[in-house]
Amino acid sequence: MTAVVPGRPADTAGGLPVGGAMRVMGSETEYGIHAPSAPGANATMMSARVIQAYAQVTRQRAAGGAETRWDYTDEEPLHDARGWTLERGSADPEQLTDQPPVLDAEAIALAYGRQELEADGEDESGTLLMNMVLGNGARLYVDHAHPEYSSPEVTNPRAAVTWDAAGDLVALAAVRRLAADPDLPPVNLYKNNTDNKSVSYGSHENYLMPRSVPFGEIVRGLTPFFVTRQIICGAGRVGLGQDSARSGYQISQRADFFETEVGLETTIRRPIINTRDEPHATADKYRRLHVIIGDANLSQASNFLKFGTTAMVLSLIEAGLAPRIEIHEPVAALQAVSHDTSLTALLRLGDGRRITALDLQWIYLEAASKHAQDTGVADAVDGDGHTHEVLERWSATLSELGGDRAAAASSVEWLAKLSLLEGYRQRDGLGWDSARLGLVDLQWADIRPEKGLYYRLLARDRMQRIVDDAAIARAVTEPPSDTRAYFRGRCVSRFGADLAGASWDSVIFDVPGRGRLQRVPTREPLRGTEALTGGLFARHREAATFLAELLGLSPGS
Amino acid sequence: MAGQEQQQPQSRDTEVDEDVPAAPPAPGDAQASAATQGVDDLLDEIDGVLESNAEEFVRAFVQKGGQ
Repeated sequence: MTAVVPGRPADTAGGLPVGGAMRVMGSETEYGIHAPSAPGANATMMSARVIQAYAQVTRQRAAGGAETRWDYTDEEPLHDARGWTLERGSADPEQLTDQPPVLDAEAIALAYGRQELEADGEDESGTLLMNMVLGNGARLYVDHAHPEYSSPEVTNPRAAVTWDAAGDLVALAAVRRLAADPDLPPVNLYKNNTDNKSVSYGSHENYLMPRSVPFGEIVRGLTPFFVTRQIICGAGRVGLGQDSARSGYQISQRADFFETEVGLETTIRRPIINTRDEPHATADKYRRLHVIIGDANLSQASNFLKFGTTAMVLSLIEAGLAPRIEIHEPVAALQAVSHDTSLTALLRLGDGRRITALDLQWIYLEAASKHAQDTGVADAVDGDGHTHEVLERWSATLSELGGDRAAAASSVEWLAKLSLLEGYRQRDGLGWDSARLGLVDLQWADIRPEKGLYYRLLARDRMQRIVDDAAIARAVTEPPSDTRAYFRGRCVSRFGADLAGASWDSVIFDVPGRGRLQRVPTREPLRGTEALTGGLFARHREAATFLAELLGLSPGS
Repeated sequence: MAGQEQQQPQSRDTEVDEDVPAAPPAPGDAQASAATQGVDDLLDEIDGVLESNAEEFVRAFVQKGGQ
C-alpha cells in the first residue's frame, strides 16, 4: 500500500485517513451478573430482567420507545475467515448466535436444570425481552448467561472509549431500575471477565479491515502483539490458573483461558486470533476482525490504548510493514507474560533471541510510529486528530512501565488495581490467598460508582480521564455522528414505534398503511452518517414521509 | 429496595467504628506524608464500601459460561 494523503478517501477505508489509529471499530462487553440476595437464581433469566429493566428506562425517556428488536437475518457465526463454513451439525450450540434465543421455561430447564428455574420463583419467560437496539446505535441483549452491550460503530479510539463507557451507564441504569423494584432481587453487574472458578466471559473488540489483506498476514502480525498488549491494557486478576487454584496476581483477566493460537470458537478452546468472519458489511470488501483476547477495561487510558494501538498495528499489517517477529509457543508465552508483574520475563523468539514483553511493545510502537509519520497521520496539527495522541500515550506508558511504575498506576488498569491490593497487603498483612483481596478484585469491577472500587479511585482523581463525564452521559442516548450507527440510532429514537427490527446492517420499518415491511440495508459502515442523513431526519417527523424520501435514495447515498 | 448488603452495618468487622476517617490533617503537610495519608484515606474509604463477609461473597459469585 502506498502512502495516502490524509483525509483523501481511500478505497476500503471509506474516507477515513489510513496509516494510523482511525478505522471503523466497536466493543462488546459481557457483564458478570450476580444477585447476592437470590443465590441460585437463573443467570439467563436475570440477564433478561436487566434488558427488560433498561427497556422500561428508555420507555420513560422517550414516548416513542427508544429501543427496537434485533434482526437476525445477516448473522453468520459459522463463517470462518480462513475460507470455509462450519457445518451446523458440528458446531457447539453456543456458536449458533444467528437464531433469536427463545427464552421459554423448557429451554431454561434443558440448559440449566429444572430446579434452578423453580428456585427462581416465577415463570415470566413469555414476556421477557431478550434483545434491543438502542438510540445510541448500540445493541443490548442476553448473550448466553450474561447481559451484553455491543457498542455502536465508531471511527477512532477516543469514541470507542466513550461509547464503551456509555454501555456501563446503560448497565447502571438497569441495575438502578431493578434495585427500585420491590418484587425483584437486586442485581449487581461487574465489568470483569472471570468468576475465578474456571468460567470466563468476554470483552470483544471489532475492527473493520479490507478483505484483500491475507488472513495469514493478520495472524503473523497480530500474534506477538496480542501476547504482549496486556502489559498496557490488562485489567489485573487475583488468582492464577483458570480456577485460581494457585494464589497470586496476574496482569490479565483472560490470559489463562486461552488454549490455542487460531480458531473459530469463542466459548471453548479459545484462540488468540479468532476467525469468525461475519463482516456485517459488504462482504467482498470488508472483513470484521473479531478480537476476543482483550480484558474489559474500566480504566479509560487502558481502553484507549487497547483500541488505539491495535488499530495502528492493523494499519501496519495492511501496509505489509508489521514487525517480522515470531514468538515461540504463543499460548504459553501469553500466560507467562500475564504471570510476570515484574515485566522481566524473557520470551523466546523463532530466531532464538530472547526479549521482554516491553521490548516487543517498543518494536511495535517504533514500526507503527514510523508508518504513521510516513503517511502523515501522526502530525500533531495536520494529522488525523487521533494517531498523535495514541503514539504519545503508548510511548509514555511503556516508558513508565520500564521505570516509573507509580506514575503508570493512574492509567494502566492492572497496576492501578495492584497498587490498591498492595495497600491492603501492607496495612493488613494479607497473603494473596486472602478472600478480602479476592473481593477487592471482584468489587473493582462493580459498575455502581458508590460500590465499584475503580470508581472510588476515579472520584479521587487517582485514575486518568480520557473523556469527560458529560460526553459519556451524552453517548448513552446519542449515536456517533460519523458512522451508520447515526442512522440506526436516530431511526430508533425518532421512529422506534414504526420499526419492526434493526441490526448492524439494516433497519426495518413497519409503517401503518404500508402493506409490507420495508428493510433499509446499511451495509456500508461509513454511510448513514449525520453529514449524509442529518438533513433527512431534520425534514421528517413522520416515518411515512421519511421513508418515502429515503426510498428514492438509500440512507447515505 | 436497597440491596441487602447496603442494609448491613459497615462492611468490615466491628472495630471499623473506631477507624472512621478522622478529620483531614491540617494543611501544610509535606507532600510525601500527604501521599501516604492519601493511601490510608483511600483504604479507609474502601473499607466502608466493601461487601461484608468477603469469603462468602466471593464464593457466591459463580458465573455461567460466556464467550
